[in-house]
Amino acid sequence: MKNFKSTILSNQEVSPDYYRMKILAPGIANLAQPGQFVMFRSQTTDEPLLRRPFGIFQTGTLPSDCDGLPDKEFVEILYKVVGRGTSIMRELHEGDRVELLGPLGRGFELADDGGEQILVGGGIGLVPLYMLACELVKTNKVRLLIGGRSRKDVLMVTEFERLGVETYVSTDDGTLGEEGPVTQVLERKLNKYPEAAVYACGPMPMLEAVQRICQPRKATLQVSLEAFMACGVGACLGCVVKGVGHSEEQPHYLCTCKEGPVFYADDLDWELLEKRVNEEGYSHE
Amino acid sequence: MSEMPLSKRPSADTPDLAVEFAGLRLKNPVMPASGTFGYGEEYSPYMDLNRLGAIVTKGLSLRPKAGNPTPRIAETKGGMLNAIGLQNVGMDAFVEQKLPFLKEVHTPVIVNFFGNSLEEYGQAAQRLSQIDGIDAVELNISCPNVKQGGIVFGTDPLAASEVVSLVRSHINKPLIVKLTPNVTDITVIARAVEEAGADVISCINTLTGMAVDIRRRRPRLANGTGGLSGPALRPLAVRMVYQVVQAVKLPVIGVGGIMSAEDALEFLIAGAHAVQVGTANFVDPSAMINIIDGLQRFCQEEGVASIKELIGTLRC
Repeated sequence: MKNFKSTILSNQEVSPDYYRMKILAPGIANLAQPGQFVMFRSQTTDEPLLRRPFGIFQTGTLPSDCDGLPDKEFVEILYKVVGRGTSIMRELHEGDRVELLGPLGRGFELADDGGEQILVGGGIGLVPLYMLACELVKTNKVRLLIGGRSRKDVLMVTEFERLGVETYVSTDDGTLGEEGPVTQVLERKLNKYPEAAVYACGPMPMLEAVQRICQPRKATLQVSLEAFMACGVGACLGCVVKGVGHSEEQPHYLCTCKEGPVFYADDLDWELLEKRVNEEGYSHE
Repeated sequence: MSEMPLSKRPSADTPDLAVEFAGLRLKNPVMPASGTFGYGEEYSPYMDLNRLGAIVTKGLSLRPKAGNPTPRIAETKGGMLNAIGLQNVGMDAFVEQKLPFLKEVHTPVIVNFFGNSLEEYGQAAQRLSQIDGIDAVELNISCPNVKQGGIVFGTDPLAASEVVSLVRSHINKPLIVKLTPNVTDITVIARAVEEAGADVISCINTLTGMAVDIRRRRPRLANGTGGLSGPALRPLAVRMVYQVVQAVKLPVIGVGGIMSAEDALEFLIAGAHAVQVGTANFVDPSAMINIIDGLQRFCQEEGVASIKELIGTLRC
């Protein structure tokens, strides 16, 4: 884990309101595991005050600017412009200073048994699945089911296809791929491969639907959650979710930042999570 | 008294940041504010904990506490609201799982604690007095986010006096009492706490606030209200620390929105013997180390041999 100030290598719009930012990150890039995240803050303004968590899309190395300098390790994040913080981020350019802490959290546990692997991504929830796919394709057949509201919310399909991942696109309005929720594709696939390993990231209602589909079958499900958090290291206790067996007398809270963001679905109390969705109107945006 | 070798004498080149008060000897005046630093271990990958003036734990109760529903935090301009609800592992788990790590760190350990009733405050103090490896305790009578306990005892001078006397009767270590800003006149509470036997006052805890989600027309926190912390709070905190320093003879630890060494110096000059850093730890895990380094630099630049020379030097 590293905590440092760094610079942006590039910040490009990849679809309306979706951006892809490369940040120089010596030390972080080689440590990062699929599903981990970084805490990010721009140094160009005082706002927002707190760093924000962003899933790592991918890591890599660029050649150095001149002989004698080391190659440039980078991490890449993908973000959707939804509020004040991300509106500030979209204005950042190559060379702007940022603060970075990471890699943080517990990522996906990887299968290497040759079994069926199904990734389910909703909108920007696609982010942590790319590094996962990079690893899984080495030993397994990987399918990606990707959903979004509309054509512009479906990202990076070509990148996944280049890895040899079989991709299935669905949109709510039918502007790209199949019309309807990504979960109807999942249901079909699981009928065919009931013992698949499923990995999901996306808005809470999507994750719940995925859980409901996987639960009665033999499919093992790992989900990557999103939460408000101040610190990212397990100190503020702002991002907790309730684990199985939680009660007022025997609290069993899990920090999304530290015990997650990736959880086995069986370790979470989904009834309480659903309640949270209803009460908070929790939305991915 | 034997002469110190010349090279070891504090001078403006190698300023001495150590402070002493109420029997506590701190290598520098910087420590975390309770609840922003977990139980210490959470931050050990990011900094050398030995460099801190002290470590202050998350607030403990006798038994584990679940805390409030989520969302528990919301950012506001220049600060944040939190309503964690004092979620903690309880004292038994603290002794078994958290304290062994803290004992290995070469800095004093200050345990923050609270109860839900007067009786529970007493039981908690009794349990604490039996635990080895604690250098001081900080009595929380100021949490704004729980229905019972906490702030009820911090806003009424009689209740404050009662709980401090009770805790004092069990605790023979330095007793720090943390005060809330959610009162009309903080000096009234400060005097009551002093008379009841406190050794040190820390102030301020968070200021109760509220933020509204305008589309859903609901509070942004599940608890409705929460405690405001961060730089937005600092001028208020400096004012209250100054007032308390004037009102009592006890040493004061200044808390509230400290993000930099300059911020910390405002509190020291206003009369605080030490400072606690809170929200800044969330923003940057190395915040306290940067503040300690910054204090060192300031003393060098100003030709100050010991930071003690700055405490309470405000010219009014």
